[in-house]
Amino acid sequence: MNIYINGIGNVSPQNTLDNSKFLEELVNEKSNTLWVKDPNYKEHISGGSLRRMSRILKIGVHSAHQCMTDAGQKKLDAIITGTGLGCLTDTEKFLKNIYSNDEGVVSPTQFIQSTHNAISAQIALMIQCKNYNFTYTHRGSSFESALLDGMLLIQENAENVLVGGLDELTDSYLKITSRMNMWKTTGFEQLDLFMQEGKGTIAGEGASFFMLGKKPSQNCYAVIKGLQILFKPQNVSSVENTINSLLVNNGLVKEDLDIVILGYNGDHELDATYHQLQSGLLQGIDVCRFKHLCGEYKTASSFGLWTASQILKKQHVPDILKKGEFEKSSIKNVLLYNNYNNSNHSMLLLQHVES
Amino acid sequence: MQELIDKLKLQLIDQLNLEDMTPEDINEDDSLFESELGLDSIDALEIIVLLEREYGVKIQNQEDGKKIFKSVRSIAEHIDANT
Amino acid sequence: MQKPVYISGMGAITSIGNNIGEMKNSLMSNRHGIHHIQYLDTAHKGKLLVGEVKMSNDELLNSLGIEIESSSRTTMLGMIAAREAVAIQGLNLDDGKRTGLISSTSVGGIDKSENFIKKFFEDPASGKLRNMMTHDCGDSTEHIAVDLGIRHYVSTISTACSSSANAIMTGARLIRHNILDRVLVGGTDSMTKYTLNGFNALKILDSDHCKPFDNDRQGLNLGEGAAFLLLESEESLKERNGEPIGIVQGYGNANDAYHQTASSPDGAGAYEAMRIALKQAAMTTEDIQYINVHGTATPVNDLSEGTAIQRLFQSEIPDFSSTKCFTGHTLAAAGSIEAVIALLNLKHQFIAPNLNFKTAIEGINMTPIVSLKRTNSLKNILSNSFGFGGNCSSLVLSSI
Repeated sequence: MNIYINGIGNVSPQNTLDNSKFLEELVNEKSNTLWVKDPNYKEHISGGSLRRMSRILKIGVHSAHQCMTDAGQKKLDAIITGTGLGCLTDTEKFLKNIYSNDEGVVSPTQFIQSTHNAISAQIALMIQCKNYNFTYTHRGSSFESALLDGMLLIQENAENVLVGGLDELTDSYLKITSRMNMWKTTGFEQLDLFMQEGKGTIAGEGASFFMLGKKPSQNCYAVIKGLQILFKPQNVSSVENTINSLLVNNGLVKEDLDIVILGYNGDHELDATYHQLQSGLLQGIDVCRFKHLCGEYKTASSFGLWTASQILKKQHVPDILKKGEFEKSSIKNVLLYNNYNNSNHSMLLLQHVES
Repeated sequence: MQELIDKLKLQLIDQLNLEDMTPEDINEDDSLFESELGLDSIDALEIIVLLEREYGVKIQNQEDGKKIFKSVRSIAEHIDANT
Repeated sequence: MQKPVYISGMGAITSIGNNIGEMKNSLMSNRHGIHHIQYLDTAHKGKLLVGEVKMSNDELLNSLGIEIESSSRTTMLGMIAAREAVAIQGLNLDDGKRTGLISSTSVGGIDKSENFIKKFFEDPASGKLRNMMTHDCGDSTEHIAVDLGIRHYVSTISTACSSSANAIMTGARLIRHNILDRVLVGGTDSMTKYTLNGFNALKILDSDHCKPFDNDRQGLNLGEGAAFLLLESEESLKERNGEPIGIVQGYGNANDAYHQTASSPDGAGAYEAMRIALKQAAMTTEDIQYINVHGTATPVNDLSEGTAIQRLFQSEIPDFSSTKCFTGHTLAAAGSIEAVIALLNLKHQFIAPNLNFKTAIEGINMTPIVSLKRTNSLKNILSNSFGFGGNCSSLVLSSI
């Protein structure tokens, strides 16, 4: 299987709007909540369209445009998004309206814009794309579901497919999840996340888009060789077996892996699986982490794929990603393994493409 | 009447999220739906909500709405006649 | 020739029946499920007609015989339909085959979280947190997966009112790509204040019984329910000597790219979805004997859909009807509920009537089937599901 990544877009809590740069100027907030760095939305979105868009719509549409511009491609065979929670701001606003008016006269705009497929639909509307348009919303597998669908479409002869993963933070979401003890509370800088002990992680948000292609373009970042998604595997061996079969299917052994990117998020309980893999199947392989940069959210793995794409294209690993000493200088095979809440697991195998 | 028109303009900007617009940008006699404003059917529903909530004026069917929502002035006249 | 995708099981719960058998009986005896609001706690009680499943939350939980700390109505409806779909003699979901679940929902567990949020808005420290855990769309899917022991690919689609048609489409593709051997596909949506007030704000609810494809149609009746189909590869079916009940022959998804909610006047997206589905099935319009139209009874949808059908089928329009006058519009679940109805049509060779129809829409002049039609020629059915965001899907379901 060869699915090429020919363009990327990323609106995130880091400076990721310029694809020619790769984590050069780091953002380091002393906060357990990482909001995206707002781009100039008017660059891609007209005032008329902007007025109805909540933050996630703006973030998503901007990131999609960044990706299409990067790939030099606006003729799409499909637009597929994955979002864990969808348009939270508008959902909350509409609920508030219902209650404050005792189910009386409420304005419909937030209801319309709170539909989970509002983002993929908005992109289609803006570029007048009448083709396949899907939205997956399944917790920590939302982005992976969209990616898998895109990969299948390419195998079914689609030429260019836009795939994105995105989620937004809201004040209410933070208040509720804080009550669920999801976040670390002591004051520290985000980049020191992995030096903190105990339960909890830091909250994040973002929108990362990818242009999948049947053929590599001049701008190609990497080639996807395979993707596996599991739901609540019984134990770490099921995860290891799945990684192994992914490698075997591509004629590789684990020693061929140059880097593994793991979804460590600083919660000592949730990180257990990553530790077990590092001392088991993946022992001896250089490890990267990324959630101290973007925070944890249901589609954070899309930031992970952005990281992998940049590493493979630029053949460079910024120090901030490295966990421990690094040996490899040229990077061919990369495995991205993430799990959300130990329920939604995914393994993605990527390869460098010679330009 | 002019007072009502000026108030309506501000309320419309707020209800329809007409970002970057000021009351001066809206001519009370210009068509709301066939002009640069580019309002659509969802905006029509938003205006119905605005009239009902702020003025207690109900628009029963959408056909009436089309006539009433022709311009800011025609909306103001309808409010004036029904309150 | 593409790998065939067999349908080997089905289950459903709607306002016209708590299982497949009850639904068939209702459809064949003109018994709709649209009544005044009985179960949902809302200010609209007594004013709007809806298609509620005729069981309270306690009754649903009892019938499932399980204890979930906090179970949304969406989850319970989905679980009932999913269990029925896999209750097949000789089927063991834990036999080592790759079994997946692609569900869909538009409201998720908002029936629980909207009550949490009410208290939360008054005081951010109040509200039972477990009522918030059900909020996201993945919640109901994961409860169903755990209930049935499905551990392979589990996902959820949310594309508004075409969601479960899209789940069927995704499932069929996963079988064709040999990623799964079996996959349970469908959708579930419960009645909520959120959707009831949302559609009310859009002014597309009829306060009377909905009248699909009628010139005097005023809007839709909201419904709730769930339906699932078990899709299986030929190998998997043969290995256990299973009996197929139908085939997913074709599918198409296209986008109208016209407006956030309203369909385009020429039904461009609907036309494309139907055209692609027929092409996928290697069929022409003549091969279709019946169309289960999306037919929500909103002024815009029916005109747009009718126009698209006329453009595609020209003068030879097959029998058609909307079954939403029986079930109400069940949103994300509509596609799979109507797929179940199509499979019942194929098995028992009947077409359910389009209730409440009097006069054809001016300009398109299309008359649906208005009373129960028994036949012996149903072979291929086209089923349409369209949603907000211009999301248009069409399925071709065929008998064996």
